[in-house]
Amino acid sequence: MTENIFADAPADLVLADRVAGRLYTDPEIFEQEMTRIFERTWVWVAHESELPGPGTFKSTYVGRQPVIVSRDRKGALHTLLNRCRHRGASLCEKPRGKANGFTCPYHAWSYGLDGTLRGIPYPDGYEGVADKKDLSLRKLRTESYGGMVFATFDEGIEPLADFLGDAKLWLDRFMKQGGGYPIKVLGKHQFRFRGNWKIQLENTTDGYHFPIVHRSWMASVDAETADMMSFMTDPAAITHALGNGHSVMQMVPEHSDLDADDGSEPLQARFDHVVAELSKTLDDAAVRKLVRAMHGTGFNLNLFPNVSMSAAFFRVLRPISVDETLIEHIAIGPDGPPELDVVNRERLRIHEHFQGPFGFGTPDDAEGWDRVQRGAQAAPDMPILVNRGLGREKDDEHGWPTAHVTDETGMRAAYRMWKQMMSDD
Amino acid sequence: MTDTITVPLTDVRVARAVELVWREAELLDRKDYLVWQELYTDDARYIVPIDPDTEDFPGTLNMIYDDARMRAMRVTRMTEGYAIAAVDAARTVRTVSRFVPETVTDTEVVLRSAQVLIAYKRGRHDIWAADVRHRVRLSDSGDRIAEKVVRLVDSEDAVPAAGFLL
Ligand code: FES
Ligand SMILES: [Fe+2]
Repeated sequence: MTENIFADAPADLVLADRVAGRLYTDPEIFEQEMTRIFERTWVWVAHESELPGPGTFKSTYVGRQPVIVSRDRKGALHTLLNRCRHRGASLCEKPRGKANGFTCPYHAWSYGLDGTLRGIPYPDGYEGVADKKDLSLRKLRTESYGGMVFATFDEGIEPLADFLGDAKLWLDRFMKQGGGYPIKVLGKHQFRFRGNWKIQLENTTDGYHFPIVHRSWMASVDAETADMMSFMTDPAAITHALGNGHSVMQMVPEHSDLDADDGSEPLQARFDHVVAELSKTLDDAAVRKLVRAMHGTGFNLNLFPNVSMSAAFFRVLRPISVDETLIEHIAIGPDGPPELDVVNRERLRIHEHFQGPFGFGTPDDAEGWDRVQRGAQAAPDMPILVNRGLGREKDDEHGWPTAHVTDETGMRAAYRMWKQMMSDD
Repeated sequence: MTDTITVPLTDVRVARAVELVWREAELLDRKDYLVWQELYTDDARYIVPIDPDTEDFPGTLNMIYDDARMRAMRVTRMTEGYAIAAVDAARTVRTVSRFVPETVTDTEVVLRSAQVLIAYKRGRHDIWAADVRHRVRLSDSGDRIAEKVVRLVDSEDAVPAAGFLL
């Protein structure tokens, strides 16, 4: 960073141990991020359970651009720009649903589930001036891994599996919280905060704030749960940078791989009623698997740039403007027979307790993020520090830069990726 | 059970319910949560659903789904001074009106209403509009709320994270 940071190119505003406050406040940087990052990398759009059968769809965004994620009759997933090829009307304003295709409400051009233009009313006006086959909906490349669906505007980008790289191992582990069943989406909270998207991106890998900001939540949970989250002074609780901006923060290392269970850990007494209910139909091992995963996995997997697989839910960010961001907290649970309802109800209650606009945790996080945005208006040339634990960060046996869970290793990893993408041409 | 249309707002049972709802609104705007909590019966639920149509609150994700235990913890959170969102909560002014008695008996009134709340914080006013349903249990020892369901018009959209209660 030079004296006058306003003369610096965006990529020069990120150093190994600090970033300029201007990163949160400069609308020009935000515009560049939308094209250089959100339109050039894999952006999470859905979980496959949100598109359970042929004709199901969901509307969402890639960066600021509205899209429809759909499943066609053969089961293939598509991400379509939610914009009619005629004069640009949005095709679908429903958050989710089932359809045979999409018909524009303005002049009734109709499209298939894969975006193909099927019909134009009164087509004689288009004879010789337009060919239907050139007017399909704009389609984004769509790939999924482990049930997580991503889309990209960049046709030439590396395959999703390569982009995820070492994060795949953790993604596989995350899905084990289904306790032997697949994972499904149970519902979602949505809220906005008046701050830059990167403030949220940092928070998904910020173990340091937990006991301070979430003191009120800690006071409201039982001792066992609070104890489980007492990672601040646990040297085994560590964060790894996984490459491509991804990182994993292990708060409860003994729950990092839910299959690794020597049977010595007692199940939490608060779930006794769940155990009793499940035991009517399932054997002890199956019950233990489901109940041990009640709080999710013991880590947050942060995938650059917009999704975190956080303990027992997905946390998705959507940039709206330089100083406004929308967050979704998506509750998940095992997708199994009705006997598992007792598990999913309990998981919903756990989710409500912390997450959402009236949770015991989220509003406090949001207040912190709001304040970062407000504070960063003061001297935008002053750095935001991401240097915690830099002195104790070491590559582990996988070559992953690793430090304590309260260290800013994950943030540094995300900013390395940010810097690379913002300086690429 | 008496038919909705035929019970006037001046019916003394309905008037008692309206009075309780108004009293609750004022306590919430004053953030007098300890007193507010006492308005509820032990078996009451206080619910802010996300799904606008559901009555299956336990089976779906809500913004708030509080039994007595959760309500008590929530009041602690709002008053203990450790929750930064509550300490710096918006100031609120709410109007509850457009009352419609849904069912009326000598022991219980189900009352529908509209609530418009303005929240002010740091130079900004936010509007929170909702349909509300109170189940009020009438008793000589004091009328109490047995259920409150607040259905925000934008419940399925992104609402700001709040440091106050609806
Ligand atoms: S804008 Fe869609 S049919 Fe005309
Ligand atoms: Fe947090």
